[in-house]
Amino acid sequence: MADTTATATPDTATTSDDGIRRRDFLDIAAVSAAGIGGLAVVYPLVSQMAPSKDVLAASSTEVDVSAIEPGQAIKAVFRKQPLFVKRLTAEEIAAAQRDDTASLRDPQTLAERTKEGHGDILVTMGVCTHLGCVPLGAAEGEVKGEFGGYFCPCHGSHYDTAGRIRKGPAPTNLEVPEYEFTSDTVIQVG
Amino acid sequence: MSFPWARQYEPSNGFTKFLDERLPLPRLVYNAIGAGYPVPRNLSYFWNFGVLAGFFLVVQIVTGVVLAMHYAANAQVAFATTEHIMRDVNWGWLMRYAHANGASFFFIVVYLHIFRGLFYSSYKAPREMIWLLGVVIFLLMMATAFMGYVLPWGQMSFWGAKVITGLFGAIPLVGEPIQVWLLGGFAPDNAALNRFFSLHFLLPFVIAGVVILHIWALHIPGSSNPTGVEVKTESDTVPFHPYYTAKDGFGLGIALLLYFAMVFFLPNALGHPDNYIEANPLSTPAHIVPEWYFWPFYAILRAFTVDFFFVPAKLMGVIAMFASILLWFFLPWLDKSPVRSGHYRPMFRKFFWFGLIPAMIVLFICGGAPAEEPFVMLSQIATAYYFLHFLVILPIISSVEKPEPLPYSITEAVLGSDKKVVKGENTSPAV
Repeated sequence: MADTTATATPDTATTSDDGIRRRDFLDIAAVSAAGIGGLAVVYPLVSQMAPSKDVLAASSTEVDVSAIEPGQAIKAVFRKQPLFVKRLTAEEIAAAQRDDTASLRDPQTLAERTKEGHGDILVTMGVCTHLGCVPLGAAEGEVKGEFGGYFCPCHGSHYDTAGRIRKGPAPTNLEVPEYEFTSDTVIQVG
Repeated sequence: MSFPWARQYEPSNGFTKFLDERLPLPRLVYNAIGAGYPVPRNLSYFWNFGVLAGFFLVVQIVTGVVLAMHYAANAQVAFATTEHIMRDVNWGWLMRYAHANGASFFFIVVYLHIFRGLFYSSYKAPREMIWLLGVVIFLLMMATAFMGYVLPWGQMSFWGAKVITGLFGAIPLVGEPIQVWLLGGFAPDNAALNRFFSLHFLLPFVIAGVVILHIWALHIPGSSNPTGVEVKTESDTVPFHPYYTAKDGFGLGIALLLYFAMVFFLPNALGHPDNYIEANPLSTPAHIVPEWYFWPFYAILRAFTVDFFFVPAKLMGVIAMFASILLWFFLPWLDKSPVRSGHYRPMFRKFFWFGLIPAMIVLFICGGAPAEEPFVMLSQIATAYYFLHFLVILPIISSVEKPEPLPYSITEAVLGSDKKVVKGENTSPAV
């Protein structure tokens, strides 16, 4: 220790030919260590705000679709948000397929929005893609909008029988969440 | 507010010049903890603990605000949300362990800070106000720590709340109504838990406010120093930055190493296993003790076992416990010696090291021990000495003691012209 301080005292003695001092190295090392340490502090402080493990664990929902009559829809809850599960009537399927080729804001066919072999089961989020209201049309007697599907009363978005946006401010179709049929009558969402 | 030779702040560019004329924050920082604040050149590492206490206050506020995002102050779910934080919340275990051990480290550094103040008589003129504000901060810390410990709603939380609010029940006539009023019920329950949470959130910011006053008051006369001799000339001081930012930074590094060693490897060493059992109003844990930082005062509380004349023992214990801290408010006027540093006070030094410190250690041990012999007897002796020391011995010493010769100045002390002066302190050669 004594030796290094002795040699280090005059500033010029520690300056190498290219003008770099020992202190420059110390400064960079100290600031780097503090920076990495700061990141190590900030990361958990930011991460703690993200969904906790119990919230993530509740992000999967099972729905039994066997009791749903044609033309009827049920509301389930997926990730604390409404989920519409609807069994389409023959007319509704026909209307949706007829419009598959129409001019759509967010082009998708009915087949793309349902599972093969279960073409009459339409599973969508009950969340308007405009600003997140719950559209009407799932429950008995609710307004279904000009296209016979869903209608969002907040700002007047009309969805057709396949849950596609047809009129109003919403930018995209009602979201079809990831799901699969675990048996002929049960779907698992998420 | 500072010495005449203090360096003047000069804004270096257009932006700082703009700021300096409108909101001179950089100037404030420069004059408070920058190169514009001259500090005695001979401060030892005992002068690190103020900065460390400030650091741990920040740690407590940051981790505490995070914990409050995930905790629910309701007796039905408080315990469950605490476990939710430990198990489900991302990094929740780290936040809670950092908060719990942060409280302990806050008290460790504050106790060392107070120790420094007692040995070097930092409370003497012209620094009485700094000391008084410090005692206020300490009282606020105790209240905050107590209420924070109730929040997890474990067995120790519940029975701690019951026992401490029970202290107020000792007040004659109005004691019981006061206790019921404090708790919002006849025993700790939802009402108590909610108000403790509210106050536990509020008080740290009150502490931060008093800390600002504490530092403000410090900057009027400037820091004391290990010789207790006041600053006379420029050669007695060095600028706070970079000299003491570096020294405090080093101390902070050591503190962080110890702190995180506890957080990561011994997170529950200072806690009680009983607090991982949910609060049960029908069953008291066999051995109930407060957190370690309350032990000395808890020992004083329990030292009174017989009635004094017409005062019941319970009330005496409560009075003595509060008095043991409140008498610190009178310390600047109890100790009349003109010499500050214990290094130059032979008689004071003996009573400090062989009287007060052993008494505090005994009280600390007895406070954590069960209320049985020999601990009761020991805490009675130590309590008696504690009060005797401050109320009788200290005033007598200050009038009969013949202090050792003081160095003429800090510079002389540092340069080592007098061997006795340099003993044990700052033996590093002159810079």
